Amino acid sequence: MTTIQTSMPGAGKVIPRSSAWDRLRINRNWLALWFMLPAAAFLLLFLAYPLFLGVWMSFTDDRIGRGGVFVGLENYEWLKDDSIFWLSVFNTLLYTIVASAIKFAVGLYLALLLNRHMPFKALIRAAVLIPFIVPTVLSAIAFWWIYDSQFSIISWSLIKMGLIDHNINFLGDSNWARASVIFANIWRGVPFVAITLLAGLQTVSPSLYEAATLDGATSWQRFRFITYPLLTPIIAVVMTFSVLFTFTDFQLIWALTRGGPVNATHLMATLSYQRGILSGRLGEGAAIATAMIPFLLAAIAISWFGMQRRKWQQGTDND
Amino acid sequence: MTGFTPDRRSLLKGGAITLAAAATMSADQLLGYAKAWAQASQWKPEAGAKINLLRWKRFVEAEDVAFMKIVDAFQKATGVTITVSNESYDDIQPKASVAANTGQGLDMVWGLYSLPFLFPTKCMDVSDVADYLGKKNGGWAESGKQYGMHNGKWIGVPVAATGGLVNYRVAAAEKAGHKTFPNDLGGFQDLFKGMNKNGTPGGMALGHASGDANGWVHWALWAHGGKLIDKDNKVTINSPETAKSLEYVKSLYDNFIPGTASWNDSSNNKAFLAGQLHLTTNGISVYVTAKKEAPAIAEDMNHAHLPVGLDGKRRELHLGFPILIFSFTKFPQACKAFTAFMMEPEQFNPWVESAQGYLSPFQLAFEKNPIWTADPKNTPYRDVASTATTPAGEAQMSENAAAAIADFVVVDMYANYCTGREDVKTAMSSAERAAKRIFRA
Repeated sequence: MTTIQTSMPGAGKVIPRSSAWDRLRINRNWLALWFMLPAAAFLLLFLAYPLFLGVWMSFTDDRIGRGGVFVGLENYEWLKDDSIFWLSVFNTLLYTIVASAIKFAVGLYLALLLNRHMPFKALIRAAVLIPFIVPTVLSAIAFWWIYDSQFSIISWSLIKMGLIDHNINFLGDSNWARASVIFANIWRGVPFVAITLLAGLQTVSPSLYEAATLDGATSWQRFRFITYPLLTPIIAVVMTFSVLFTFTDFQLIWALTRGGPVNATHLMATLSYQRGILSGRLGEGAAIATAMIPFLLAAIAISWFGMQRRKWQQGTDND
Repeated sequence: MTGFTPDRRSLLKGGAITLAAAATMSADQLLGYAKAWAQASQWKPEAGAKINLLRWKRFVEAEDVAFMKIVDAFQKATGVTITVSNESYDDIQPKASVAANTGQGLDMVWGLYSLPFLFPTKCMDVSDVADYLGKKNGGWAESGKQYGMHNGKWIGVPVAATGGLVNYRVAAAEKAGHKTFPNDLGGFQDLFKGMNKNGTPGGMALGHASGDANGWVHWALWAHGGKLIDKDNKVTINSPETAKSLEYVKSLYDNFIPGTASWNDSSNNKAFLAGQLHLTTNGISVYVTAKKEAPAIAEDMNHAHLPVGLDGKRRELHLGFPILIFSFTKFPQACKAFTAFMMEPEQFNPWVESAQGYLSPFQLAFEKNPIWTADPKNTPYRDVASTATTPAGEAQMSENAAAAIADFVVVDMYANYCTGREDVKTAMSSAERAAKRIFRA
């Protein structure tokens, strides 16, 4: 048909029935697909493939240096009554919940403070970011010295002040160790929360505050009915990330305690590394890592469904 | 805290001495020797061979200098390029494991403990090198064979070990009523008690310290007749003997300096050199550093083997340093040649001397090296090979035993009981379960 058309110029009256291919060619979505392909390939190769490989490995008895065979749920069955595994689950939840809650509270408070007008505003805002910029391992080593059982600066100062008479066993006692690593994580994580919330705060129109002030709202009422509702979407995003980062934390724990004392600070991520890489049981390490996925999915689901709701989006009750 | 940072002068002096010790053969002499050796060697390196070698990061600087001299001479004599990278104790194994798993990146690893046994199928059979060296250097100690052989084949060459021996302050021990170091379990217990009472406590790592913690807890287990597995790899940790050893270790732990449950491999070195810790188990590195940085401590300290067990036998777990060649290397001959070259007496003796006692040989001829007797405080480290037992105990060293030690099964058992997290029965059954998981068929 096309040959006829070209041999008969001027036969424009005949509207060519475009083929499926022609239609596809000018289809913008089709074009978009091609543009997305590099990104998709990247994600598949570097995110999806390792993830599925990890999940697959958890069903095998892979060891370092040699492949394994499919063993079904055996790895999970061993984990089911493994007290160290359950301890690590408990530790991870404790670590995540406590650290995230405090990070949120402190971060929000800091954001509100930084949102005020004050001298050297830009400088102070930049300074707040410092803990976030310092490489994790570097700050972990600093904390390691701060918490050292013999050379801790905190113990030393308190002893010199006459408040205590022996070194605090920061990383050697289960509860102290948990508190210490949580504190270190909070120190590191607060700037992220604070700066992101600060960005959110700055999108709130000042006219709302002016109107509220004219109506005689107290500062608490202004926070509760203007700031907080308008900040909810940002809070949802920030806390999702914060929870994910905290839940999967590895470096800080590894540099500070290696999961000790007596596994009191072993998180699922560190236990997975110890079993999978150090001990060479890739399958079992993968099973522990895979066991983290449901928790992470739950955290994402909560914020995802929350963000779908108008109440979260706009802070009103009319859903 | 004073005396913790060395003044410049003492550091320079110390450095000069160690350098002098390392320079028994001049660079030219060494090169000439190396060329002649390469001519005669039964391993002919491949043309243009490039070897990536990973080793543990030195604890004694002069040792590293001596090692690099050997590498240098070998490179010049054979034209092989050896790229040496260093990793800290804890990072050696993960890196080696990744290389083993992916089949690239490294050709040789000079690692710790039972590294080759974690992936025996990826290790080249080096029986020819080990046999050659054994014949040349007075034979392998029994423990050397156990550390190197898997099913009758050598999968690694145990270069040396660093002894996990007692480091103690003489004055503090004497004040606690022990003029000579106790050689029985009761005396050792009494020593800890006395030292703690005098405010000069000892302490041994009970955290996840690959070298320090694993070493002494295995000694405690074996000394009481306990064992993780029997000859046939059956898990036998849950036993009255283990229970006895748990009680014993707890009695020691109660007199430890606080914080040992959080210690890693460097914690006791720091505390000892700062004069806060008066007895611990360690390699000779504390003494070597003290000689340079804290002469008063060096003067007052000494070394000893851990006490004999209830049966009168001494079994210790030392930190072995095996070197392995990956089976996927493109240059097997070059790797083998280098392994043999570095363990020739002409290289190995100066190297051992420069390490100042940090490298205890598995080959009997090297026990005659003057370093072991020049300073009587070095002597206990000479006999490391004769007391060394592999992590497998009575059983053959295996992949599973290597995994158990990497997973801190025994350390966790003692730490669980000592810190009061679990009672004797639970601690033993947790360890039993963990071991059964590892040793399952």
